[in-house]
Amino acid sequence: MSVLATAVFNLYHPAHTVDWEFIHLSVANVVVIGLMLIVFFLAILLPFPGAARRAAARRGGGPS
Amino acid sequence: MSAAPGVPPNPVPPNPVPPSAPPTPAVGTRSKSWTVKLRERGVRELPPERLLPDGQPTYVASWIYVFGVASIASLIVIIGSGMILALKGPAWWHETGVGHFFNSIHLWSVEMFFFAMVVHLWGKYWMAAWRGGRARVWITGAIVFLVAVPCALTGYVSQQNFDSQWIATQAKDAMNSVGVGAFFNLTNFGQMYSYHILLLPIAVVLLVILHVLLVRRNGVVPPIEIDERLAAMRAGSADGRRVENPDTDGPGALAGPAGDQS
Repeated sequence: MSVLATAVFNLYHPAHTVDWEFIHLSVANVVVIGLMLIVFFLAILLPFPGAARRAAARRGGGPS
Repeated sequence: MSAAPGVPPNPVPPNPVPPSAPPTPAVGTRSKSWTVKLRERGVRELPPERLLPDGQPTYVASWIYVFGVASIASLIVIIGSGMILALKGPAWWHETGVGHFFNSIHLWSVEMFFFAMVVHLWGKYWMAAWRGGRARVWITGAIVFLVAVPCALTGYVSQQNFDSQWIATQAKDAMNSVGVGAFFNLTNFGQMYSYHILLLPIAVVLLVILHVLLVRRNGVVPPIEIDERLAAMRAGSADGRRVENPDTDGPGALAGPAGDQS
């Protein structure tokens, strides 16, 4: 009970699940999959720090 | 056994080379020493400047190239925290505050490992990372993923609590259904623990090392559009300039440290 009292979320219940046809996933796993998709697209879209400076340095022939 | 009469005993042959002299390489003959052959092959396949480069192509300066090294960083934390857990034992990781902390570090580094590895896998899949003779890089990466799954599963059943018992009794049905339950028995704690802390981690680490060496040997896979532009430039159809070395002449020219190389 002391563990439950210190938990951020109440874990004292069966896991919530998402059911769609034959797909049966816990909500926790759905959240992780969603986070992975978000991070994947952000990794493609967000500029990498210093990338533009390196490209400009290469075009100008200066030190990178 | 004594020497025959009239024949002097075999003298100790004089050492023609003083002990301090360096070994003289055979001139005109290849050494048959396996160490020499291994060294020569290693240097030939993976020269030091390629093994430990001081620059990466500019296209590596992208977040999508970060997740390979993020996976390796997570793996290092997994191995380190796992060694501490193995040394201290289940009573420590279940009943003390510091033990809970390292137990959580171990769990969450595994979560990060799989998280980063999946994003890395998606990124490499959608850029067709097996291009340019990199099939073995892709294959070793896929095998790492497949070996890491039972490595994590055996960890869940090695916790020594009701959760591990529940997972073991559920997962044994899956193992039995595919016919491996006879030699991979999830209810056999000793066997699962051996798999978890010895056999499977060794396999994962060796495969990761092989994967990284193959990446270093073949170079980081360029984005598809750069590959196409390079092919066009090599053929001399882009601007008339031929590209001899894509690392120094093309759009992916070396541009200093640029993060991950995977």
